[in-house]
Order: sequence, then structure tokens, then C-alpha cells
Amino acid sequence: MVTNKNKSTKPVIQIKEMHKWFGNFHVLKNISLGVNQGERIVICGPSGSGKSTLIRCINRLEVHQQGDIIVNNVELTGDLKNLEAIRSDVGMVFQSFNLFPHLTVLENCTLAPIWVKKLPKKDAEELAMELLTRVKIPEQALKYPGQLSGGQQQRVAIARSLCMQPKIMLFDEPTSALDPEMIKEVLDTMIELAETGMTMLVVTHEMGFAKKVADSVIFMDEGEIIEQNDPKNFFNNPKNDRTKLFLSQILNH
Amino acid sequence: MSRKTYKPGNYPDLPPPPGTVGIHGWIKQNLFSSINNSLLTIISVVLLYYFIDGIIGWFFLDAVFDAESKIACRKIDDGACWAVITRRVGQFVYGFYPEAERWRIDITFLTMFLAFAPLLYPDIPKRKWLLYFSLIYPFFAFVLIMGGYFGLQKIEYSLFGGFMLTVILGVCGIVCSLPLGILLALGRQSKLTVVRTLSVCFIEFMRGVPLITLLFVASSMLNYFLPPGTNFSILVRVIIMFTFFSAAYIAEVIRGGIQAIPKGQYEAADALGMNYWQKTRFITLPQALKISIPGIVNTFIGLYKDTTLVVVIGLLDPLGIGRAALADTKWNGLSTETYLFVALFFFVSCFAMSRYSLWLENKLNTDQK
Repeated sequence: MVTNKNKSTKPVIQIKEMHKWFGNFHVLKNISLGVNQGERIVICGPSGSGKSTLIRCINRLEVHQQGDIIVNNVELTGDLKNLEAIRSDVGMVFQSFNLFPHLTVLENCTLAPIWVKKLPKKDAEELAMELLTRVKIPEQALKYPGQLSGGQQQRVAIARSLCMQPKIMLFDEPTSALDPEMIKEVLDTMIELAETGMTMLVVTHEMGFAKKVADSVIFMDEGEIIEQNDPKNFFNNPKNDRTKLFLSQILNH
Repeated sequence: MSRKTYKPGNYPDLPPPPGTVGIHGWIKQNLFSSINNSLLTIISVVLLYYFIDGIIGWFFLDAVFDAESKIACRKIDDGACWAVITRRVGQFVYGFYPEAERWRIDITFLTMFLAFAPLLYPDIPKRKWLLYFSLIYPFFAFVLIMGGYFGLQKIEYSLFGGFMLTVILGVCGIVCSLPLGILLALGRQSKLTVVRTLSVCFIEFMRGVPLITLLFVASSMLNYFLPPGTNFSILVRVIIMFTFFSAAYIAEVIRGGIQAIPKGQYEAADALGMNYWQKTRFITLPQALKISIPGIVNTFIGLYKDTTLVVVIGLLDPLGIGRAALADTKWNGLSTETYLFVALFFFVSCFAMSRYSLWLENKLNTDQK
């Protein structure tokens, strides 16, 4: 296990008694969660448990109807100014990569820095090349996403988010759409990112990653946080029956 | 044939069996794959030979390219009498534009390619400079064609005709309807109810009314709807109607393109902090337009051919000129030649558009290149 020296007690995300509905369907129920700077949190749970919805609320890809979400001391409301401030501080990596297929890898990485952060093109390209080197694919910079493997695309997506120099990174099942032999390259990239002290919220089924990197593991079911604990206690003595059942299902197959 | 054996893991890449690739393979697979296929191939070649023989004879070998009249033609040979075209080619091209001023049309037409080049071919050298020219080109073309400035003789709209009229109507309609169509497509997807409703009403109205009705409105009624004091010439009114009509179709084609973009694209752009216009400009439109190219070009080709409808409101498009030629007692009865010539002109223009769109689709195809 990587010990986390970067963890601090400065809260960067505070969620208080947050509720969300899709129409009449109550997807998130009374969620309260605090994340400190440098903390890495893994969220797991059966499909449909609301874990993706939860992290999508943090950058307001989904809108919550009740309760508060405060990111970097800014409260998430309908106010566009706040929204832009938060989104440029929060990077997100998706299950299906969502790279822009009509732009080269380099353009994917520089588009938002140039237009949202108003970075000069040259600086943006330098930064992008630096981050592409960090995810170990600088040689693919001028190719289009369609020419890369899934693992490479996901690493580009990580680099693209990092180009905005975010303070928090959200990962929404980043390895679920990948072939088994490509999962490792993406997880390695994420582990390296964790070592730099990035605050990370990761929705994943990769329990090996959770054991190795997480400061805290959250188990969600039916829209509620059922259990939250450090990885050692979470995996060795889960308290809740549903957590036990879930762990037995994904660990012994 | 002896088969070589290899150790596992050492099997080399062998060439394909003979006769399966290359021109030989193609002919074998496509023309002579079975007895029936071979028979069909032979019959087709024989038929083609007879057809082509007759066609070439009528079009070229037995044709007359210059004569006084149809009767004079028939005395020389019994093929096509192209004299109806060659004797009146000026009218077919320029309508009744004064002969001494026709150089103005020639220059406008030739420089049009220069103005379009940087828009159609993004990789062209000196693109930036050419783009400046594209920007001033509409004014340049207007002054040159209409006259009335810089000592150029003013020419009346009513003298316009022939292919020149087709190109003016077609190009203006195409150039104006694309941006309007894009705006309407975005408007129809807008979250603002007023914008969305207006766009939907406009699109549905324009699509729900025959073009010919709109042209009659343009010729007779449009001035009632406009503020008093405005008085557009009939040509401008017709261009407005063509633009509106094809913009409605293009809006729907582009809407299809926009809806084909996966939701994840917008989520990724949102997550990067991009605002609506940034998303539209860099994410939505480049992808939506690429998907819609076949549909857009389809609409353009339709619009271009529909310009012949102006004949019903008395403008002399190539078909009108053709009719005038046929009404001449000298050329009475040469409708085959006349209409074939007009058809050839339209075919060449439309085929060029179609080829360009294929080229563009290929160029913009970014997967697995």
C-alpha cells in the first residue's frame, strides 16, 4: 500500500445531506461526505447504486435538488460563474473516454486550456506534451483518438483533464470499458497520479487499486452510503451485511 | 504440392494464392465468377457496344455543329443538330446581358473559384490572403455584375438569364442558406423557448410549402409583408426565397447530425469548463457538419436544380432560353439537342458538387487513417 503523505485536513469537497431525484426516482439519499486535500477515495457498489451519479454531482453534470455541495469553498448552485470556476478546478475521466474524435490527441489536450483558461497556444502545447509524456504517449500526439487503443485513449483522457491543472480528479469507472491487458496501464497511470498528491475520487470495481491507493473506501447501495472505512478494515472486517455480500461477490469469482 | 511444416510460433507471412488479388483477381471475382456471371458479362459488353456505337454516331460522328437552320442541318447529316446551341451559345450563357459587357461576367465567374478555393480546400497555400479576397468577393461580384459604380454601365436585372442566372441564384442560395440553416438547427435545439419555437415555426412553414408557391409569393406578394418603402428587385426576392427554403431543409439535416453526436462529447466539454458557444464551435458543429455532409450536399444539389423553377415567374433560366430558341422557326423541333445541352450543364455542376463532398468526407474521416 502506498502511504499517503500528501493527505491534509483541509477540506476540498463537502457534501451535506444531499438528495437527488431522476423524475420520481430517488437516486441519492441523504449523502454526506467530506474529502480533504490530497485524499484518495474509492467508491464501489453494485450497478445502479448511484455511485456514478454521486461523482457527477460534484462537477454538476448532474444537478442535485436538496442539500449542499461545496467544492473549494464555492457552493454549487445554478450560478454559471460558480459552475465555471468549479469545473476548471475539477477534472473528470469517463468510462467511455469521450475524447473528441475530430481533433488530434494534442488538440484534445490544448483545446480547453487555450479557450477556457486563455493560455497562449505555445504554453498550452508545452504543457500538453509534458503531460502526455507523463502518461507515456508523447509519440501519439499528432494521431487521432480513433487510431489509438482503448488504454491509450484513456491515458490521453487523463492527460487532457490534467492539462486544466485541476485540484481534484474524478474517475467514473475508468477501466470498465477496457480489455484486461489494458487495465493495468491505466491503473498504473492513476497510481502515479496519486503519488503526486492529487485529490482523487474513483468509482471502480478494481479492488486491487483500492487496497493499494485508497485512503478510504466507500460502499454505496440503493443511493445511500452504507459503509466508509480505511481499506484494511473495509476489506478485512466489513460491518454491514450488504457490504459483506458485495465483497464476497466481486472477490470470489 | 508439398506442404512445409514450421515450428509453432515461426509460421511466416505467405503471399495470397495467385488469382485472388490485383486486377486479375478483381476480374475473376467480379466478372467471371460463375458461368451465369460470365454469360452476363459477355451479353452486357455486346449490348454496350451497340448502344455506344449509336450514341457516338448521333452525338459526334453524324452530328452537325454549325449551320443556318434545322433544315440546313438535315441537308448536311442526320445526327444531332448542335447548331441550335453554337449559334445561340451567348444567350445560353449570359441571357440578354449586353455583349460588350460580358467580360464582366467572365471575370466574376473565374474569380469565384479563387474566392471559393480557401473555403473549400483548407490546406491551400496562402489561405489567409485568399480568405480576405473571399470576404470582399461578394461586393466585388455585385459591383461587377450590376454595374452603376466606377464608370461601369448599370445593367438591368431583367437582362440576366441563362447559366449565369442559374449560377447566381444557386451560389447565392447555397452560400446564404448554410449559415442560416446552422443557426436554425442550433435554434431548434436551444433551451430558450422563444428561440426554439421561432425556429420550429420557420422550419416547418418553409418545408411545408411548395417552392413554387414561395416563388409566386416572391414575385407578387413579398412587398406587402415587408416594411413600406423597401423595394427589393425580383432577383433579390427570389434569392431570399431560395435561401429560406433550403435553409429549412439544411437545418433538419444538421439537426440529425447534432443528434448523432454521443452525449459523452458534451459531458467531456462541460467537465472541461467550456461554455455553450465554445462547445458549439469546437465540439458540436465540426462533428455535426461532418456527419451531415451527404445530406447538406444533397440539399444544395436540389436547390441548384430547383433554380430552373424561376421560369414560372418569367425569369429566363437556361430552360427559358432553350424554350425561346425552340420558338424560333429556324430551330423548331430541336428540343432533344436543346434539353440535352441544358441537362449536361446541370449534370457537370452537380457531379462536381457530389465529388467534392466525397473528397471532403474522406478527408475528414479521422478513424483508422
